[in-house]
Amino acid sequence: MTTPDYRLSQLETLEAESIHVIREVAAELERPVLLFSGGKDSIVMLELARKAFAPARIPFPVLHVDTGLNFPDVLAFRDRRVAELGVHLIVASVPEAIAAGIVQEEPNGSRNRIQTPVLLDAVEKHGFTALFGGARRDEDKARAKERMFSFRDEFGQWDPKNQRPELWDLYNGRIHLGESIRVFPLSNWTELDIWQYIAREQIAIPALYLAREREVVERQGMLYAVNEFISPRDGEEVRRESVRYRTVGDANLTAAVLSHATTVEEVIAEIAVTRMTERGATRGDDKVSDAAMEDRKKEGYF
Amino acid sequence: MPPAEDAMTAPLPGAQPIDLRSAVAAEAAEIATARKDILRIATAGSVDDGKSTLIGRLLYDSKAVFEDQYEAVERASAGGDYVNLALLTDGLRAEREQGITIDVAYRYFSTPRRTFILADTPGHVQYTRNMVTGASTADLAIVLVDARKGMLEQSRRHAFLASLLRVPHLVVAVNKMDLVDWSEETYQAIRDEFTSFAAKLNVPDLTVVPISALHGDNVVTRSANSPWYAGSSLLHHLENVHVASDRNLVDTRFPVQYVIRPQSDAFHDYRGYAGTIASGVLRPGDEVQVLPSGLTTTIAGIDGPRGAVDEAFAPMAVTVRLADDLDVSRGDMICRPRNAPQVTQDLDALVCWMADTPLVPRMRLAVKHTTRTVRAMVKDLQYRLDVNTLHRQADADSLGLNDIGRVRLRTTQPLFVDDYARNRVTGRFILVDEATNTTVGAGMLTPAAG
Repeated sequence: MTTPDYRLSQLETLEAESIHVIREVAAELERPVLLFSGGKDSIVMLELARKAFAPARIPFPVLHVDTGLNFPDVLAFRDRRVAELGVHLIVASVPEAIAAGIVQEEPNGSRNRIQTPVLLDAVEKHGFTALFGGARRDEDKARAKERMFSFRDEFGQWDPKNQRPELWDLYNGRIHLGESIRVFPLSNWTELDIWQYIAREQIAIPALYLAREREVVERQGMLYAVNEFISPRDGEEVRRESVRYRTVGDANLTAAVLSHATTVEEVIAEIAVTRMTERGATRGDDKVSDAAMEDRKKEGYF
Repeated sequence: MPPAEDAMTAPLPGAQPIDLRSAVAAEAAEIATARKDILRIATAGSVDDGKSTLIGRLLYDSKAVFEDQYEAVERASAGGDYVNLALLTDGLRAEREQGITIDVAYRYFSTPRRTFILADTPGHVQYTRNMVTGASTADLAIVLVDARKGMLEQSRRHAFLASLLRVPHLVVAVNKMDLVDWSEETYQAIRDEFTSFAAKLNVPDLTVVPISALHGDNVVTRSANSPWYAGSSLLHHLENVHVASDRNLVDTRFPVQYVIRPQSDAFHDYRGYAGTIASGVLRPGDEVQVLPSGLTTTIAGIDGPRGAVDEAFAPMAVTVRLADDLDVSRGDMICRPRNAPQVTQDLDALVCWMADTPLVPRMRLAVKHTTRTVRAMVKDLQYRLDVNTLHRQADADSLGLNDIGRVRLRTTQPLFVDDYARNRVTGRFILVDEATNTTVGAGMLTPAAG
């Protein structure tokens, strides 16, 4: 008789770890919410939440901080997915917050930073005590030091020097009134793991992630697809290129990359050989300084 | 620090689209999608040991470093004869300012054989709690030793903490061998000293590798500089170390984490107990016992992430359905009737204390063990352990920050426990201060000392 080797693959191990974290939050924290943008990481996180509670429904709502600058395809995808799962979607609107004078538009047109007060406002209004985010530790050096359960004070601030020790899988979700926990079930996943999981589980994704011919302009060495938020400026030449998006952020600032990957399998092949980290390649808003992410996280950003 | 203008003048990223029909792409995809397992590694060492250089080397040589990261490091190390790979593990601004590593940083790399999650922990004694954190989930610990300095107090402490946490595999990387002219005698002296020290600890598997992280000798490939060294390179060892048998697949332990009741028309009578298998194997039809009630029943079915499964084992996250309608809730434990954990309110444990406020007898704390949280009182502090000499200080009356001691706790409710040495999951717990809500201690259960 041969002994089965009882080994989990890396994807099965990561999946089990994430499901454990999601269930632990649902069991221990009173009002969790899952941040869902329609981006690939939050899509995988939502799928893991579905698996964690199947055949029951996901026992918490999802929240989208809508900057008003989203790709319409991604918003449509978001609404479709939420309807399929029967989960409640809460939208916190940055344009409404601008109109109400709660936040002000930044000169460079980025709403990355001003979405933080809008998020914190929604958290306070709904009394959320735990916020699931799809951040991964391989994304950034500030994220590399993040806990699975990241304690935030009443202002949503992260204090990297004073994090709770996190031993084994014994997570401490205890908080006082007004405080909250940011939970990162995908902490140990890499970009490649996310794509492999999408392929393996045949998870639907917005079409923007796959290559096709799009009209683009070149700005500061990056390619931006012409859309309702990006029009060619004087002197800019519009050309057609086969491009796809590696990340899906605000439509006015997220660049596309030249690509021929028209299927998820081809995306995996592309990422396996690519030599550029996803944020470096596509996010105009992370280039501000070396510590941009560290600073934003301290302010309560995800 | 690269100013913002650098972004403006940077070459067009991905200027050439990846040729998906190339042999390189096909090979990369095949390697990337091969079925691999995960090895969790903890490294300990201080700035001087070359730990960051070693990690930078592993990341760089396993191609986990991307072009833009490498360029940033190349810029930052301008002027030197070589690119400072240590900068690849550069952390927070607060750390750069103080030239130290404050906290555990997690790094990811993979080879065609395995993927690796590396917990990079600071080595100084004041960061013992961070080392314990990093080592808690590790399959393998790497302790760095400077070949010129030999085995220091710090190296002993790192090895001891790895053994305390029962990390099954220990690797001593004797670094900076180039600075001792690749002396075989130096390597052997360190190896022999470490081997005899490890014999006093619970180190089931010790490997000592002579390396130069700076030049890459014996990190990824065997070096011509050490013809006398018959062992494998560090990375080869990490890829091949056998970890499947480290898990406990004998004692079935399933702590109930969450009760799933859909209450929908399609699943009207569905009642499942969700959780992560702590140890052992579960199959439908198995006779099981539920603690604390002690009632027995059989497993009617097991649902995994992709539906019903014939078998489930640690550390899978599953949902178990039972044949009988019992009253089971979070914090209960499902086990086998003839192989149950100990049901007890008295915990004897080695505790690593992680708070500024010392642990003292009669202190009240919360204990989180598997999915069960109870209150406890410190009944007795039997001794404090000197982490450098392993000497037991029986006259200790408190445990300060980063101290380790043997403690007896009495809990308000029973817990379902095993010795940590036998079961790393049901033998561990954390201590939480109920006033501040912070995690203040880590405990590893030991047999009662009579």
